[in-house]
Amino acid sequence: MNAPMTLSSESLAKIDKAVAKYPPDRKDSAVMAALTIAQDEKGWLSTETMDFVAQYLGMPPVAVYEVASFYTMYDLKPTGKYKLTICTNLPCALQGATHTAEYLKKTLGIGFNETTPDGRITLKEGECMGACGDAPVMIQNNKKMLCAMSNEKIDQLLKDLK
Amino acid sequence: MGLPIPPFVGDIFGPDAVIMKGINGTNWRLKDYEARGGYSALKKIIAEKIPPEQVVNELKKSSLRGRGGAGFPTGLKWSFMPRQFPGQKYLVCNSDEGEPGTFKDRDILRYNPQILIEGMIIGGYAMGITVGYNYIHGEIWDVYERFEEALEEARAAGYLGDKILGTDFSFQLHAHHGFGAYICGEETALLESLEGKKGQPRFKPPFPASFGLYGKPTTINNTETFAAVPWIINNGGDAFLALGKPNNGGTKIFSISGDVARPGNYEIKLGTPFATLLEMAGGMRDGKKLKAVIPGGSSMPVLPADIMMATDMDYDSIAKAGSMLGSGAVIVMDETRCMVKSLLRLSYFYYEESCGQCTPCREGTGWLYRMVDRIEHGKGRPEDLDMLDNVAQNIQGRTICALGDAAAMPVRAFLKHYRDEFQHHIDHKKCLVAPYI
Repeated sequence: MNAPMTLSSESLAKIDKAVAKYPPDRKDSAVMAALTIAQDEKGWLSTETMDFVAQYLGMPPVAVYEVASFYTMYDLKPTGKYKLTICTNLPCALQGATHTAEYLKKTLGIGFNETTPDGRITLKEGECMGACGDAPVMIQNNKKMLCAMSNEKIDQLLKDLK
Repeated sequence: MGLPIPPFVGDIFGPDAVIMKGINGTNWRLKDYEARGGYSALKKIIAEKIPPEQVVNELKKSSLRGRGGAGFPTGLKWSFMPRQFPGQKYLVCNSDEGEPGTFKDRDILRYNPQILIEGMIIGGYAMGITVGYNYIHGEIWDVYERFEEALEEARAAGYLGDKILGTDFSFQLHAHHGFGAYICGEETALLESLEGKKGQPRFKPPFPASFGLYGKPTTINNTETFAAVPWIINNGGDAFLALGKPNNGGTKIFSISGDVARPGNYEIKLGTPFATLLEMAGGMRDGKKLKAVIPGGSSMPVLPADIMMATDMDYDSIAKAGSMLGSGAVIVMDETRCMVKSLLRLSYFYYEESCGQCTPCREGTGWLYRMVDRIEHGKGRPEDLDMLDNVAQNIQGRTICALGDAAAMPVRAFLKHYRDEFQHHIDHKKCLVAPYI
């Protein structure tokens, strides 16, 4: 039998720090931070991981599933080692993001919501990231923003993402 | 700490900047802010024992209007907070900037975070609030981390926390991040999200001033609104008003994107002609001709070039021209752009981002998207244009929050000004303008 699911002591310390931001009887407020920290450690959010977060914060599991499935940056299925999300909304599109997205698809040989056969890269289409002035804009693994992504910069990026 | 921040390109905020004056992309630390005169407004309030009511009065005089989109007078909003309410009250900053075309709050947070912190501390003082949260868009994680670092600096220096600068006034401020939901920019959805729930807007009334975060009285303002407060305290409400024009006080940061040579943020006096702003952004990219502008973020009605070129950038002028200033996100489109395809991308956005709570929005945004999609792809029917307008009309005003209106307004404005392009797509199964993005 497998040992019960838990998170590293480092992750738990981060969650505790998030919980401390809110009133003592309002631990639920830290659920978004806790899910983000858990996802960073595990790569994605399995039911087991979400159940652990629910138990840790004293929330009903369904309340945690609701949050995890509502916000688009939580991954409820495994992704490639790197998840690249590109914004194709109108301001970005006017500044070349449609071509950038096509270039990414062609270079990687995959479409949106697909992963390269070697499991390295998952490609996603995103909505406004609030950085339109730096278009085309991409986010790597939810946290690293990549700005003004020319085809040359994409070539370099794909080389770097081993 | 944190991830690398993308490099800063030039001193682009412009000569009229007051919020972003002296910002060069690297001087975001507390010591830099103090060198620019930062925290002098807070120190002035303490030294001169300025009563909270007078702070609110200065804001009223300044004619500062909410910079997040609705343009509600800030002084009036602050006066709604029941100061004497005995229980906990909350101050919330809305930095959940996800309205397509808007990216000004990101620059305040990463290049000038202390000005927001000082503005919120003053807000706490003016409304008798001791706890605040800043809800930051999840997509700008690097900026969230920097803001956390700025909070640490402010705490260590005694500006933030218990007994600020040796007074009896305490104010705690925390950062909270989103994780991908446009709807959380709506203030009551933001409160739900802050409470650890799905971001679905609440029915109003009750308004947040009486039933906000955790059911307590809460004031919510946009990042740029708070960032204007220190200057107003230092220079007076009248001086801020004089920067702009009556009922449109001060400067405003406009985010310009699309077909301009230098997309970016420009802080200008309200009432500055659009033509001047366009020139600051380097004019049209590749010398193309201006076709259309969405002057206030993707939710606002689009306006044709000739109307925009005769319009000044302030709340009342843009309203008179038939649109809204909104968040100050100016999306510029040149002569090669197909308006059907442009609307299609926006309609997909609202369909994708509808939270699903209200039927007119949940079903209507999908209906709008599918109709624009078939028109774009040569499968439009003759009756589609009237039906588009009809569906949009039936969403507008029939939902709990403004996302329904935000989905409907672009459709109606695109049809109003560019009906010929939609008709051409239906009649000839192709674009009136080509090629496209």
